[in-house]
Amino acid sequence: MTTEEIYAQLKPIVTTYLPEDVSESDITLDSDLTRELNINSAHLVDVVLDVEDAFDIEFDNADMERLRTLNDAVAIIQKKIA
Amino acid sequence: MTEDEIIALLPYSEPFLFVDTLESVDEQGAKGSYTFKEDSYFYKGHFKDNPVTPGVMLSECMAQIGLVCFGIYLSGDITLEMQMAFTTLHVDFYLPVFPGERVTVVSERMYFRFGKLKCKVRMTNEKEEVVAIGEMSGMMKRK
Repeated sequence: MTTEEIYAQLKPIVTTYLPEDVSESDITLDSDLTRELNINSAHLVDVVLDVEDAFDIEFDNADMERLRTLNDAVAIIQKKIA
Repeated sequence: MTEDEIIALLPYSEPFLFVDTLESVDEQGAKGSYTFKEDSYFYKGHFKDNPVTPGVMLSECMAQIGLVCFGIYLSGDITLEMQMAFTTLHVDFYLPVFPGERVTVVSERMYFRFGKLKCKVRMTNEKEEVVAIGEMSGMMKRK
């Protein structure tokens, strides 16, 4: 899958967990999920669980520690579905 | 880890401890009970001259038994090095709880991943009527 294809599936998942004061248009591939998009650590877990379901993959603790931006998520997903 | 060991590890004390006994706990959930003391401080103001247990206290009791006791069991010996935070709460209330009533709380694991524990939690009274049903989650992180 290309980065664009993954991003197209990833973005709506992230959007679900955005706090009210952050809008969908703020999301870019470089957005830091917690620091910029203000997703809390509990919802970050929800994002990962939804990503796991959507791509039929499993994140481990190391993936979780690496995950900061949407780009990181795309890279982790790409590696796992390869 | 035994039920008594779990209670000893709870990070609460009077007047904010809402667990008397933990009857059972396993990989799938926890069950415990608490009696709301008639002289609890919040009855003086909730409500004026008409004491009823506040919903936030029922929620706290559900969380302490259903989420925190269960989370301590799942985390085991590293609990003392952990920091806890309540992250989500959704509860529907069905019946009031009056001073002196004993309630039982049962939680059922939805998932426990990356330090986040999410459970379905139910509270019943001594007549085994449903007092409250909800979903709640918390995070446990290394300090």
